[in-house]
Amino acid sequence: MQNIMSIFKREFKAFFLSPIAYIFITVYLIATTFLFFQGFFIMDQADMRGYFGILPWVFLFFVPAITMRSWAEEKKMKTLELLLTWPVKDFEVVVGKFLASFSLLVIVLLLSLTIPISIAIIGHPDVGQIIGQYIGSMLMGAAYVAIGLWVSSLTENQIVAFILGVVLTFVLFIIGHPFMTMVLPSAVVPLFTYIGLNSHFESIGRGVIDSRDIIYYLSVIGFFLFLNVCSISSRKWE
Amino acid sequence: MSQTNDSVMLEVKDLNKKFGGMHAVKNLNFEVTKGEILGFLGPNGAGKTTTMRMITCYIPPTSGSIRVDGIDTKDDDLAVRTKIGYLPESTPLYNDMLVEEYLKFVGELRGLAGAKLKSRIDDMFNVCGLAKMAKRQIGKLSKGYRQRVGLAQALITDPPLLILDEPTSGLDPNQIIEIRQLIKNMGKEKTVIYCSHILSEVSATCNHILIINQGAIVASGTSDELTAKMGKENRYVLKVKAEKTLLETKLKALPGVIHVTVMPSGEWIDATIVAQDNQDIGEFIYKCVFENGWSLAELKRESASLEDVFTQLTRGQ
Repeated sequence: MQNIMSIFKREFKAFFLSPIAYIFITVYLIATTFLFFQGFFIMDQADMRGYFGILPWVFLFFVPAITMRSWAEEKKMKTLELLLTWPVKDFEVVVGKFLASFSLLVIVLLLSLTIPISIAIIGHPDVGQIIGQYIGSMLMGAAYVAIGLWVSSLTENQIVAFILGVVLTFVLFIIGHPFMTMVLPSAVVPLFTYIGLNSHFESIGRGVIDSRDIIYYLSVIGFFLFLNVCSISSRKWE
Repeated sequence: MSQTNDSVMLEVKDLNKKFGGMHAVKNLNFEVTKGEILGFLGPNGAGKTTTMRMITCYIPPTSGSIRVDGIDTKDDDLAVRTKIGYLPESTPLYNDMLVEEYLKFVGELRGLAGAKLKSRIDDMFNVCGLAKMAKRQIGKLSKGYRQRVGLAQALITDPPLLILDEPTSGLDPNQIIEIRQLIKNMGKEKTVIYCSHILSEVSATCNHILIINQGAIVASGTSDELTAKMGKENRYVLKVKAEKTLLETKLKALPGVIHVTVMPSGEWIDATIVAQDNQDIGEFIYKCVFENGWSLAELKRESASLEDVFTQLTRGQ
């Protein structure tokens, strides 16, 4: 636990030592707020459905941007070799890095709370729904982070990590979408719909948190963190 | 090789490592006793770094065993890791961190905390001469200081075994001397394994030298033993003013001389004389020159250097 904390602290701080975190936060807030308020006054509804509707697409590009550096940089600089000779277990490093990237995402989401506050000033939004949407977004974001981290552990090139991260997340996102499942045999459609990241966010976008969706996101996170530990431990395999 | 031998810091037995079809380390066997500085020598690609990576538990061996201070890496790799300070080749450091921050991070991960951690960081500043650089960003340090941070990182837990992979590569001569001095000081209390392909480095700092080539040990011993073993023949170099053919015949007539070559260089003649093993014929050569009334500019005996030994053992395979 102590080790995870040390790794977490270093990784989290590293975001703020370089311009990455600041650029990320600024661009994210400007982009999402702009996209949301464009339609908000036309809809004339005091809710954030529109905001959370675009979030999966925004995360698609923003989350791999957070995670691309995580392993790729360490591999390139060879610091990983030194790190892994210290008395630290592979999974502790993986979890520490995951928590650091996830925390940055949480901070960004918390900063976007200015939007519901603004809405609350001019209208009467459903607070429960918005809380549900935020929790759901964090879960989905965590799943994206786990995917992005794993991809980063496969390469020592950050750009490759970013592009592969976007592609893989996109594939997982689109796989359960109706226009993809349309062409599949009807027997496997429910399976693909279940695996897809997209279908689980629909109810969250409405502020409904279903235990099945929670379990789904937790399994995605667990699965990709497991793959991540495997890829770090693969140096020990023949 | 007994397993309970207290004076042995590191014991490597029948160590093998294969990467796919490549046999990187072949049946390596060696021991390092406590307080020894072992020079681990070999050309690039000989398997030095692979061996170090196995000892530091970064990768497991294909077969064979490694014991550090009596603990097998297979039984308890976390315990082995706590006993080793490692400085990999090219000194990988987190460039975005401050020196102090970095040492704190390393100390924490390696099991230090609180007041102990703080006092060790201060010790490292003193030992490695980093006090002025504490608040500097690592990425902005000069190579010499980076190397000191690397050493501080390895030493922070005061580990009994220190493994340094090419610790002076890329440094200027003054920095090399500084780092070498640091290592020598550390070697007073610790066991050190010093990997290098620079021979003068190793012969200046190490008690014992191991030369490996293509994954196998080709020679082992002290610097003197190695040069004595390899440099069997005696060579004398002579610079005189004399008549060439006369000089050659006279020298050849001396007792114990095997071979003579003469080369005129300007007014002088350079002669190289090869004599039989362990025969000191310096006196005869001098007398011969003196009796013939030649002028003498130079007379010296050459013994094989570690360099010769190294090239002889690792050349052309």
